[in-house]
Amino acid sequence: MQGLRLDEVHKSFAETRALQGISFEVAPGEILALLGPSGCGKSTTLAIIAGLETPDQGRVYWEGVDLEGTPPHKRGFGLMFQDLALFPHLDVFHNVAFGLRMAGLPEAQVRAQAAQALELVGLPGFERRDVNTLSGGEGQRVALARSLAAQPRLLMLDEPLGALDRNLRERLLAELGEILRRASQTTVYVTHDQEEAFALADRVVVMNAGRVEQAGSPQELYRRPTSPFVARFLGLTNLIEGVIRKQDGAWHIETTIGRLPLKEPPSGRASQGQVTVLLRPETARLDGQQAFQIEGVVMKRTFRGGTCRLEVEVNGVTLDFDFPSRLDLPKEGERVRLGFEPGEALQFLG
Amino acid sequence: MDRNRAALKTIALWLPPLAFLGLFYFYPLGTILQASFARATGGLAAHLIDVLTSPSVRNVVGFTVGQALLSTLLTLAFGMPAAYIMARYRFPGKVFVQALAGIPFVMPTLVVAAAFNALLGPRGWVNLTLMAAFNLSQPPVQFVNSLGAILAAHVFYNTTIVLRLVGDFWSHLDPRMSQAAQVLGASRWQALRHVTLPLLAPAITTAALLVFIFDFTSFGVILVLGGPRFATLEVEIYYQTVALFNLPLAATLSVLQLGCTLLLTLAYTRLSARMTQPMHLRPQHYTQRKLSSGRSRLAAGLVIGLLLLLLTLPLAALAARSFARLDPERGQRVVVYPGLTLAYYRELSINRRGSLFYVPPTTAIGISLGYACATVLLALAIGLPASWALARQDEPRLANRLNRSLDALLMLPLGTSAVTLGLGFIIALDHPPLDLRTSPVLVPVAHTLVAFPFVVRSLTPALRSIRPRLRQAAATLGAAPLQVLRHVDLPLVGRAVLIGATFAFSISLGEFGATALISRPEYPTIPVMIYRFLSQPGALNYGQALALSTILMVVCAAGMLFIERLRLAEVGEF
Amino acid sequence: MYKQAWVFTALAVLVLVACGPVATSRPSSTPEASPTSAAARTLTVMTHDSFAASEAVIRQFEQENNLKIQILKSGDTGSALNKAILSKDAPLADVFYGVDNTYLSRALEEGIFQPYDSPLLDDIPAEFKLDAEARALPVDYGDVCLNYEKAYFSEHGLNPPRNLEDLLEEEYKGLLVVENPATSSPGLAFLLATIGHFSPEGYLDYWQGLATNQVLVVNDWESAYYSEFSAHGGTRPIVVSYGSSPPAEVIFAETPIDEPPTTAITGDESCFRQIEFVGILEGTKNRDLAEKWVDFMLSPAFQEDMPLQMFVFPVKPQARLPQEFIDFVVFPETTAQVSAQEIAANRDKWLQEWTATVLR
Repeated sequence: MQGLRLDEVHKSFAETRALQGISFEVAPGEILALLGPSGCGKSTTLAIIAGLETPDQGRVYWEGVDLEGTPPHKRGFGLMFQDLALFPHLDVFHNVAFGLRMAGLPEAQVRAQAAQALELVGLPGFERRDVNTLSGGEGQRVALARSLAAQPRLLMLDEPLGALDRNLRERLLAELGEILRRASQTTVYVTHDQEEAFALADRVVVMNAGRVEQAGSPQELYRRPTSPFVARFLGLTNLIEGVIRKQDGAWHIETTIGRLPLKEPPSGRASQGQVTVLLRPETARLDGQQAFQIEGVVMKRTFRGGTCRLEVEVNGVTLDFDFPSRLDLPKEGERVRLGFEPGEALQFLG
Repeated sequence: MDRNRAALKTIALWLPPLAFLGLFYFYPLGTILQASFARATGGLAAHLIDVLTSPSVRNVVGFTVGQALLSTLLTLAFGMPAAYIMARYRFPGKVFVQALAGIPFVMPTLVVAAAFNALLGPRGWVNLTLMAAFNLSQPPVQFVNSLGAILAAHVFYNTTIVLRLVGDFWSHLDPRMSQAAQVLGASRWQALRHVTLPLLAPAITTAALLVFIFDFTSFGVILVLGGPRFATLEVEIYYQTVALFNLPLAATLSVLQLGCTLLLTLAYTRLSARMTQPMHLRPQHYTQRKLSSGRSRLAAGLVIGLLLLLLTLPLAALAARSFARLDPERGQRVVVYPGLTLAYYRELSINRRGSLFYVPPTTAIGISLGYACATVLLALAIGLPASWALARQDEPRLANRLNRSLDALLMLPLGTSAVTLGLGFIIALDHPPLDLRTSPVLVPVAHTLVAFPFVVRSLTPALRSIRPRLRQAAATLGAAPLQVLRHVDLPLVGRAVLIGATFAFSISLGEFGATALISRPEYPTIPVMIYRFLSQPGALNYGQALALSTILMVVCAAGMLFIERLRLAEVGEF
Repeated sequence: MYKQAWVFTALAVLVLVACGPVATSRPSSTPEASPTSAAARTLTVMTHDSFAASEAVIRQFEQENNLKIQILKSGDTGSALNKAILSKDAPLADVFYGVDNTYLSRALEEGIFQPYDSPLLDDIPAEFKLDAEARALPVDYGDVCLNYEKAYFSEHGLNPPRNLEDLLEEEYKGLLVVENPATSSPGLAFLLATIGHFSPEGYLDYWQGLATNQVLVVNDWESAYYSEFSAHGGTRPIVVSYGSSPPAEVIFAETPIDEPPTTAITGDESCFRQIEFVGILEGTKNRDLAEKWVDFMLSPAFQEDMPLQMFVFPVKPQARLPQEFIDFVVFPETTAQVSAQEIAANRDKWLQEWTATVLR
């Protein structure tokens, strides 16, 4: 298959098992995000793809060829490190041109491509600057230019925007996306920030404790998280434990917030048993027309620009719901009645 | 797999230094020790016990260690402030200060004795001036033949080691570390104590180790400047070998000296492995500032001034004497300004007695420089791979222990008696294809045995301080391992390479003991020629010795300045 | 690229200028300049560092005998001898020159020489022929004597000392500098002079007296002569040096002088005679050439060349001495006598006794 493929990669360091069977694919031209909390093995995965570490088990394929035994400098992959790793003894130009010189390109071409890379990241004319005196944003862009200049077959970025302020981060994120798409650059982008991943990536792989939790497009992940971990990580926090029962020919779930009716029996699960249900935050209604209703007290109301988030306590459980802010919403301390269509509101996890 | 390849690479790196050491150090050493003990009744063990229980030997060892320790502490105390100034500030003439401080290292002991004598001897400049000024009949300053002379000479010789090794390392430390500490409430002294000195620990320990070993095996200084009341192990070995031909005892003492050295180097390697950590090395143009405030100028002036005073004044006195008439007018015993002359320099070019062994000074300079260049190349050729092997830290634990033991072995030639080793060369290298006993090749080899540990000790801490991340970045950008070495490691440690080269150059230029034993008389080095002049009576002879010594100083300074200014690709810029 | 190359160049130019052009006298050449005919064999002579000879004399010898001379200088006398002994199974050279009577027993016991009864031995005085088997043949001798600076004594109105006993006098307190016999060859020779003169039982008392008279001991001749001796910048006018040092002072004076500033004390067994020997090494493959070299060393050409080159005296009575030697050397009538065998047997003991008496 074209592009990158990881197949059941395992890696341990001393007593820690960093990766426990990672598998995913990246299609040519695709931007894949590796999303997960710190310590879940994202950087280790990058190191293995780059050839800086060797897996204990499992294989890495590029365009169908097993990369085992290929040293890092022969893989043609680019890696931009979190701490940048700019060469302190070289100026900006020589940093950016480093990969081109290693490839043995003629000097004129090296100059041209390096200048192009600097243009691309918005730092034209920075060639002679001393890397030790660059600001955070400039340094990150130089590091990016360095990785891009060599036109790698696969580009890997390890939390490249982590050290930047919010505005710069968003702007660079947008620019980055543009640059990568224009170049049709196959990319693996590592981050712990879900918003970044969703804004940039075509597909997202969520990792946790060395395993792949779920892979898919941002929309798929958000619409149908398959595990509580993924849901929580994506900010979908209304997770309710319950028991499925059938009564009077109708299925429902007994939960602490009440009996939630089901349209049809859940597929592929035991007809009776414990489940975790996600109550999607955007599906709450205020007009009391829906199949089932719950009542609670508004604990907190947060205005967020386009949307407004209400934290509602129902039977001792705090749930979050988002509403368009143009609606007339109850204030903190008021009682509120929320209605849900079971079909759209409820999702099964795990 | 990957681990095997790493192991192979380590073995390949260690091959040149180990082959060199095996052939030119362990083999001759083993041979002479064996030949020595063959002349004795009883084996090594019996002799060792005899020696270790003898009170006179214990005294000698005690004194050897004691004076070495004291000398090392004094050298550190003297050198560190100057190292700080050189590391942190830019000022005009800095490169000359560094070169001047390095000249003492080169000077043969007899010349240093003559220099101190010219300055502080009974008719030296100081005493003459004082006697003339205060109308004294006896010279007030008594300097030579004392422990003070030994200590002063040791500091005189070895301060440059501290200046170069510690100073260079310090000049690459990120000043923000100390600044961060000060922002957190530490005073400048506290920041120094708690942040800077621990970061400097690898360089300081290395410098201290080298200085200590040199002082521990000191021979000429003890003999000439200390006088008959002082004896170190090295002097004792010489005495037993040459005067008494008591080879078994000499060999036992050599083994004892080696044992002490080995203990020391093992302790050092354990310590240094724990101390070095990768850090953010910064280029010098980033870390150094101009001397702007009045206070800093004063402090720098005082420190550098004092440094130059101790290190150059004796040499200047010597040089001055080479231009001054040595036969003052008859009857005038106290003459401060006897008149200038170039007679001694001219005399150097004249073969007045048609001697067979006459060599014009230009030839001698050429020979000395030739040997020195050969030594530099050889020392770098075997020192670089050893340093690279030692700096690799991604090894399994067994390889680490191997690395440490090999590292300790590298230092052994520094702690070996030159007399013993010289004899070892004679009896070991006597069959073809190794019949090198009379070959001029042996001279750079002998010099390299002392020089390449310096190269290794300069390079290894610097290599270890490179963040592995930088090498990884280079690898992902397409650099093969050799290219990583060339484009990342070497530029970052380029200055350390140059410093190692400078040491190798100085060591070779000034080496006398081994060279006298093995050099061919038709290829004399400058120190050998100086010694020839000094061993005969007559004002002309003494004057020529002084003139040649001054020439040696100039050649040394020029050579060091030349090396400092070398810019091979990016090497040295950082 | 070489920003400060001008410094280097300037300094180099300075150095070369200061040294001046190479003298017009014979061009210097290494002994590699081969004699005329082809297939010249090489004779290797191992010696100590003080060996010196005129190039002309050596070349003459090479040409006359169609051979090449290779000199191996191997450190001081003791070191050179040790090297010869340790390499006796695979000798470095064909001939060894420079063993003196203090080391003779060691050399003979180790059996490094093979005998050669040269015809030129005949007219050498018997006192020099210490080896009856002619394994070591005498070539030259030097007397280690006390030297004193004349000007000092005349300025202070003192009579200079005439013999060893005088040095115990009050008036010479603090005026003597000697070398450590453990580390210096003339120092050892002077010690042997006192042993020869005062006997092995009495010499320590003498040294006790010297110590009370504040004798200064230094480790090597260079320090004694050039740092402590008043003729060269020191404060002590009496030093242990050689009988040939006064003429050397005249020959190597900076400006021409008529008489030496120093004189040697030669009366009353106060000097010790060091005789130097040459021997053909066992295992040489060039025995015939070696014999020629030995004969050469005993020939007038070499014997008369030696004084101005090595500042030693020839053993051959007919050899002419240079004028400065005739003018300024006082030959001692008697010198202190200690046999080579006694030296070998007691050196260790004597050195220890001396150290205990004088240095403690």
